[in-house]
Amino acid sequence: MDFVFNILALGIPFSVALLLASLGEMFNQRSGIFNLGCEGIMAMGAFIGILVPYAAGHGGPTPEIFNLFGILAGALVGALLGLVFGLVVITFKAKQGIAGIGMQLFCVGTAGTLFRHFVGGTQSVPGIGNLDIPILSEIPILGSILFSHNILVYIAFLFVPISAYILFKTPWGLRVRAVGTYPRAADSLGINVNRVRFQALAVGGALAGLAGAYLSLCQAKMFSDEMIAGRGFIAVALVYFGHWSPVKIMWGALLFSLAQSFQLAIQGQGINFPYEFAVMLPYVLVILTLAFSRDKKKQAPAALGIPFDREKRI
Amino acid sequence: MNRQFKILYKTSIIILAILATLLIGSVILITIDAEIFRTYLVILTEPLKTKIQFTEVLIRAIPLSIIALGITVAYRAGIINIGAEGQMAIGILTSTAAALAFYNVPRPFNIIIIVLAGALGGGIWGFIPGILKAKLKVSELLSTVMLNYIAAQVYTFFLRGPMIDPAELTLGSGTPQSMRLEKSVWLERLIKGTRLHTGIFIVILLAILIYVLLWKTSFGYKLRAAGASSKAAKYGGIKVAFFITISMVISGAFAGIAGGVEVIGVHHRAIEGITGGYGFSGLVVALFGGLHPAGILPASFFFGLLLVGADMTQRIVGVPANMVQVLEGIIILVIVSAQQVMNDKYLMDKIWKKINTKEAN
Repeated sequence: MDFVFNILALGIPFSVALLLASLGEMFNQRSGIFNLGCEGIMAMGAFIGILVPYAAGHGGPTPEIFNLFGILAGALVGALLGLVFGLVVITFKAKQGIAGIGMQLFCVGTAGTLFRHFVGGTQSVPGIGNLDIPILSEIPILGSILFSHNILVYIAFLFVPISAYILFKTPWGLRVRAVGTYPRAADSLGINVNRVRFQALAVGGALAGLAGAYLSLCQAKMFSDEMIAGRGFIAVALVYFGHWSPVKIMWGALLFSLAQSFQLAIQGQGINFPYEFAVMLPYVLVILTLAFSRDKKKQAPAALGIPFDREKRI
Repeated sequence: MNRQFKILYKTSIIILAILATLLIGSVILITIDAEIFRTYLVILTEPLKTKIQFTEVLIRAIPLSIIALGITVAYRAGIINIGAEGQMAIGILTSTAAALAFYNVPRPFNIIIIVLAGALGGGIWGFIPGILKAKLKVSELLSTVMLNYIAAQVYTFFLRGPMIDPAELTLGSGTPQSMRLEKSVWLERLIKGTRLHTGIFIVILLAILIYVLLWKTSFGYKLRAAGASSKAAKYGGIKVAFFITISMVISGAFAGIAGGVEVIGVHHRAIEGITGGYGFSGLVVALFGGLHPAGILPASFFFGLLLVGADMTQRIVGVPANMVQVLEGIIILVIVSAQQVMNDKYLMDKIWKKINTKEAN
């Protein structure tokens, strides 16, 4: 019983970073941009998220409000980096796959370089504590699985219906889907394709930055070079897995985080199973789901990965 | 549009690209209060000052160039292999196992067996994303990255478990590393007092091999056709799926060879951290070298210089070694942007017309 409880109780907070980053990546891809730099943007978000409260407190205790500033700064830097990626793939029309790798190296390297200069060695921060929702958190078992997390967990899950609403019910969401499906038609209706794509990249970057800040401020409560550990890439894979729709992406994020917490629970139980094979479980799962989720080509935004140039004939 | 204008257009873009790289790098350096000019000078010249440092540059260039050659094969077939890191790790395991088993085979043959074992391990690890891409249309960008993380775990599993040095167990220190290899399988040192080894000849051999394979055989022609335009190639009767798979196998095999050469040339045992970043750096080398052996060899020297130089900036000017990753990232972004702008005929035409109307007035 405890075993299952541990898996479930850890699975939800673990899913948050994946959920936020893949919702962001969903906006990118819906507008036609494949952003593999997600991993790097998360690293920058994680670094900035921790830098703000650290710098504000000069190493000492910091008022809670600076944690909030850290999170916001992480999202802001993420949005800026999304725009930088836009400059490369929209303005210069560079190939998106390889440009994403460049973005990832650039961001991870920058985060590591700046971290060593401004913070130095491993520094843990108090971070953001849990917020028990009154009454609900007192429900036995279910209460501590669902209603005893830090504030960002609730916000992240709120983002699921919010992004579904934005994507499917607002004019901007329609524009995003239009420029990702048939940019030439959108263009003929007076939509500025590239501007919408830049906007989607900013939104996607902000969510990736937020995901990073969550990892450093809420989950690890510290920063290290390898802390993202491929979550950015898994987030990209989740978008395929979730067929570009927020709710399915949420289920995917939960599935993968449960795999991760299952892995930790196995180690905690002292079950005689090589630790390394437990750690690789989520990564194996990504490859398997990519290989065996059917019809993935059919539902992809039609213009995914193709730069738009209104002056060019097809 | 005349020829002179085209050349002028392309050179000015290259110059702009170099300036952009240095400028963006400088922004990061300013943020960490480093002296910009001095940092670049240290990275680019300091490693060339002593014999030891110079050979260290070459030692780094050896795996870089082998990996980059492999990545070129995949890239030319239309696949971006970012899994060289994992393929190298598996190659290290298989070649170390071969080196432990076949150390008493007469000299040139044991080296050949070890190198082929590395190729086999890396090749298998490259085959997985290759066949997934060819048969199930799985994005190689995602599968290779995932296989990197999986390979890292497989690597530590073997070094902690089945392949651990028995001495580590009796001493109880438990450092994850294999047994030290017998002297009979070490590559000779080229210069006394340095670590420079004869692996450098393997590099030259492999570079020639790739050049012949890609540009002088019908196999290479078909492979490049599959990458340049897969639909046209399919129409022309080329089995695109086969070339996607085989190019990934070759790409992985080269990364595996790089691992094997690194083990018998430098470390003489499998230890943790041998692969350290070579996978992504190899990709940058391949792009920077124009995806051609003749460009990759000098490019690998240049990036070997960056890697050694970046280690030295930490000590001399207080710039963290992570700076080299920043530069690699910028270089990729700038190269892929510049390539696109350089070949944009519309833009070229626009600028040409603008200049001409100005002259007419």
